[in-house]
Amino acid sequence: MLRLEKVSAGYGPVQVLYDLDLEAKPGEILCLLGRNGAGKTTTMRAIMGLCDRTNGRVMLGGTDISALPAHEAPRQGIGYIPQGRRLFTEMTVAENIEIGLMTRKKGKATRERVLDMFPRLRERLDQRAETLSGGEQQMLATARALCLEPSVLLLDEPTEGLQPSMIQLIRDAVVTMKDQGVAVVLVEQRLDAVLSIADRVAFIENGHGREVVDAEVLRTDTSLLEKYVGV
Amino acid sequence: MDFGPYLLLASLEGAVGAAVLALTAVGLSLVFGVMRVVNVAHGEFYMIGAVVAWFVATTVGTHPALGFVAALIVAPLVAAIIAIAADRLVLKRVNYDPEATIVATIGILYIIQQAALMGYGPEARPVEPPFNHRIALPWYDFAAGEWFYPWGLGTTSYKLFVIAVAIVLLLGFWALMTRTKVGLVMRATQLDWDMAQAFGIPVDRVYALVFGFGAALAALAAVLIVPIQQAHYLMGGDPLLLSFIVVIIGGLGSVRGTVVAAILIGMSDGIISVFFTPTLAKIIATMVVALVLVFRPQGLFGTKAA
Repeated sequence: MLRLEKVSAGYGPVQVLYDLDLEAKPGEILCLLGRNGAGKTTTMRAIMGLCDRTNGRVMLGGTDISALPAHEAPRQGIGYIPQGRRLFTEMTVAENIEIGLMTRKKGKATRERVLDMFPRLRERLDQRAETLSGGEQQMLATARALCLEPSVLLLDEPTEGLQPSMIQLIRDAVVTMKDQGVAVVLVEQRLDAVLSIADRVAFIENGHGREVVDAEVLRTDTSLLEKYVGV
Repeated sequence: MDFGPYLLLASLEGAVGAAVLALTAVGLSLVFGVMRVVNVAHGEFYMIGAVVAWFVATTVGTHPALGFVAALIVAPLVAAIIAIAADRLVLKRVNYDPEATIVATIGILYIIQQAALMGYGPEARPVEPPFNHRIALPWYDFAAGEWFYPWGLGTTSYKLFVIAVAIVLLLGFWALMTRTKVGLVMRATQLDWDMAQAFGIPVDRVYALVFGFGAALAALAAVLIVPIQQAHYLMGGDPLLLSFIVVIIGGLGSVRGTVVAAILIGMSDGIISVFFTPTLAKIIATMVVALVLVFRPQGLFGTKAA
């Protein structure tokens, strides 16, 4: 289980998150919703240790990972698919996957399993990542993160700019991870996608954690969406 | 001697310079590419290589080849250890800030230089080459239609050895960067250090490794050249200047560009030095840098900043 306890974080002198509490349980999809600049991406980065955490703890199971250096987060089992994919674009598909397997002792079986999920990547192993289509790049970003065999998966706007068939593919991969007991934290702008996939939704406003509700509630009552997202 | 044989002689001298320069500049380029650190102390790691080579050769002393082989192992190790210590004690503490690291490496430059002056002294000292046979080179006389050996046209087996070893080391470096896990880690850190961390790569350890590796390459280059040039505590200036020229022309952080530019600059430096003066060679190289900065700021093989 991933738990954020009173986490404050930002970038240098700019504070973005204020005493944020959050919890993602194994086998659930927790969606973060909020307006642009609310602090959703910073929440992801704070979990990964990729921005300045000034207060609070990030607990993974019983371990306080906020006390560890940033490169320990993936070793502890957190996979991160950032906004804009952030692939190693000058590397091949195979090399990007190899980076994902960096923390695994015996990664061959994992590599095969991940490539079975995205067979199109298997056909393009020697192709440079920058030459892939947007959808294929998202597949690679997802595959690279799944190579970590994470117990927690962070996805930051994974469907941004993708065509519907690709969105479905990514969605299926996320649901598969959830069914395997992975705690999924998802930032997504498309509300239909959120409502169709999320178990719970956490609203973030100006860096503060507001309400956490079952997604079921939002399917019938849209007042919270109007309040925190403006739709 | 006619112009043709003279040009061949100058080209061979240039090739030796280019080989050593390529090794030195690749180290500088690697450090900048991965760490974004402009290492002004790079020439001093070169000097350390030469000075340690002299110490090792003098200490081992039984046969020049034995001392030379020992220097090839010990000098890069010593340079790497000093570089890693500098990274841990200085560069890491200024958070690898690009401006702060320039000032910091200037400080490291002076510390190493003055330490060498105190420990090694101001003299230039020779290191005996492991072998040094004279090789006469033939030239074709088109008028007479036959090969002959012009007087003065020759090189030494050691100079050809330097070129060959540099080529082997550069190929080894290329294989390391493209075929091994260590190379993959370094390239990932170079491309996106933030994401490298997100996949479990300990970036600060990679930085230490890269800084040490860059210094080791410079020291290796110095061990190769010191039987030709002698070891001196101020010898780091020229290779530093030429390495910066090469790295800027080749494209900051581009290893391929660095090697191509090293061949261009090294060869032209050798040829112009033989036909005219070494100073003119440096002036022309610096002018080429100015032209590159004006017309192609990213260098011949660099990519434009987004």
